[in-house]
Amino acid sequence: MTDLTIGKAINAGLRRAMENDPKVLVMGEDVGRLGGVFRVTDQLHKDFGAERVIDTPLAESGIVGTAIGLALRGYRPVCEIQFDGFFFPAANQTFTQLAKMRRRSAGTLSMPVVLRIPYGGGIGAVEHHSESPEAYFAHTAGLRVVTVANAVDAYWMIQQAITSDDPVVFLEPKRRYYEKAAVDTSASPESAEPMGAARIARPGTDATLIAYGPMVKTALQAAEADEDHSIEVIDLRSISPVDYDTVTASVRRTGRVVITHEAPVGNGVGAEIAARITEDCFYHLEAPVIRVGAFDTPYPQSRLEEHYLPDLDRVLDGVDRAFAY
Amino acid sequence: MSDNTAHEEPELVQLLTPEGELRTHPDYPFEISGEEARGLYRDMVLVRRFDSEAVALQRQGELGLWASLLGQEAAQIGSGRALRDGDMAFPSYREHGVAWCREVPPRELLGMFRGVTNGGWDPNEHRLHLYTIVIGSQALHATGYAMGVQRDGAVGEDGEAVISYFGDGATSQGDTNEAFNYAAVNNAPVVFFCQNNQWAISEPLERQSRVPIYRRAAGFGFPGIRIDGNDVFASLAVTRAALDGAREGQGPTLIEAFTYRMGAHTTNDDPSRYRASAELEEWKRKDPISRLRAYLEKQGLAGEDFFAGVEAEADALGERVRRECRELPDPAPLEIFDEVYAEPHTGLDRQRAEFADYLASFEGAGAEGGR
Repeated sequence: MTDLTIGKAINAGLRRAMENDPKVLVMGEDVGRLGGVFRVTDQLHKDFGAERVIDTPLAESGIVGTAIGLALRGYRPVCEIQFDGFFFPAANQTFTQLAKMRRRSAGTLSMPVVLRIPYGGGIGAVEHHSESPEAYFAHTAGLRVVTVANAVDAYWMIQQAITSDDPVVFLEPKRRYYEKAAVDTSASPESAEPMGAARIARPGTDATLIAYGPMVKTALQAAEADEDHSIEVIDLRSISPVDYDTVTASVRRTGRVVITHEAPVGNGVGAEIAARITEDCFYHLEAPVIRVGAFDTPYPQSRLEEHYLPDLDRVLDGVDRAFAY
Repeated sequence: MSDNTAHEEPELVQLLTPEGELRTHPDYPFEISGEEARGLYRDMVLVRRFDSEAVALQRQGELGLWASLLGQEAAQIGSGRALRDGDMAFPSYREHGVAWCREVPPRELLGMFRGVTNGGWDPNEHRLHLYTIVIGSQALHATGYAMGVQRDGAVGEDGEAVISYFGDGATSQGDTNEAFNYAAVNNAPVVFFCQNNQWAISEPLERQSRVPIYRRAAGFGFPGIRIDGNDVFASLAVTRAALDGAREGQGPTLIEAFTYRMGAHTTNDDPSRYRASAELEEWKRKDPISRLRAYLEKQGLAGEDFFAGVEAEADALGERVRRECRELPDPAPLEIFDEVYAEPHTGLDRQRAEFADYLASFEGAGAEGGR
């Protein structure tokens, strides 16, 4: 067992994937000598060389577009998009090409490409450095979308994303990069939870609190803080697909649901999950499904983000609303 | 507005004049056998016939759309025949002549335009990637693929080269310019083949570029060459040299094939709204097929028997294209869900099962449906 931060766990996972498969490449802006602006690719350039750890020109569409070409040639590129808000220049290549290539080719072509994106707010950053774009990806057929909340998942899920023959958007909660956990890096990959499975992060009986990525920690704090109720916390882990077996089993037990994410609530991931729960668990629900997220505004200047982002109190307020019925 | 270089008449590599005379060029020494020249003629005639049949099929409602290559046969057949078997080509959506050279069966090429597939052929078998509709996207795919060729060590005299096709409109796209830059800084073995057919739907070249397109390459740090795009010999010779340079480690080249889209942008377009018919008449005098025929006749390389034989082949091809197009089967409804993902996706798998049940609920119902 090694104590690793989420950032270092992703680094260790990348290293292991590169050791296991010479076709795995890392590419992006500043991923080489610098090791990435968050140091997630630290030392990989030194140990695997510039042919496998590629400092790209500063052009995100070029990163994803050339990664598609490398994948067509049999490589497994792991692209780093430096910040969530800088993904958008690569939107065309991601949505019209990467996501659709397999279907367009009737399964002849695979796109084993990973897009690693540090996402989310809470770090006092300037504009375009704090966004949560997961709904765009989840709305796009052909992409898998996952996010991690702890170092153990970070270590294993980055490797699972790389071995997947589907394109995977791997969202890294940047304000949690330095959260530590003990990771058994000598364990076999088979021992890890599958990438698409949700995890019950805290069992409970009275309400189900669904979170993912950076909000899992907040959700766990909220569950601890609510002394009146037994709150079950689900760490979704995978946003596309969502593990509805785990979600609906929990909801059928508890009858109350709160979904929280940093992204705006309007047309968000929580809206889709709420609709599915309503369809599948209608007679088990004691209250409407409650969503706690950010407002439907552009991400505000950092001096306002504490009001914009859902925090412990907002989540608890959501829980209270669920129990008001 | 100040004067600019667009007004100068740029140099253009031409090896075969519109009158069918051979010209020499110091950088591109060119020899061709009678057999090879006849082969190029046959290719161009057959692909033009295929193209005109496809336009007719669209008019008859058998295709939803067709993008005609009329006038661009020399650019496509010359560059297509310059490719070695192991080279990889990334087309836009008008490269029926390149597809012909890569031996994609006409039936597979029609599928996308009939709406029975969004692809149509196995790109690895034909060494031709699928048609790419979003303009310029494929230039980056070609560049990435070429970066993979480098990493595989498939370089040198017997190495592989990559070619990306696009049009004059695509040179305005960010992706095309990013591809130029990525290719340049990586010295990737890729040839950028721009068919400048003068029109991006209704917009003429001066709405796309203030400088001749081939000159853009200099800014990225690699050679750019303008060729007479209606000259199949120039297209063959210059593309072959660029591909060889790429495989031998000299990096990318931009070839601007100066040609003309003699037809509409697609079967949905009406060029009479934006361009004068006199322009078309002017370009008809530079027709790629008639100049090669003139060359073959003047050189005594082909006689009436040969030309009649090619005509007969074209008639047979036309008949085959009409038949095979109509025979293309509609996909089954549940095919909607196929190959969206390589691995199971619980959300989509559920939708498929629900839709299958829904479809099954109509079994035994009358033609009007109902429950």
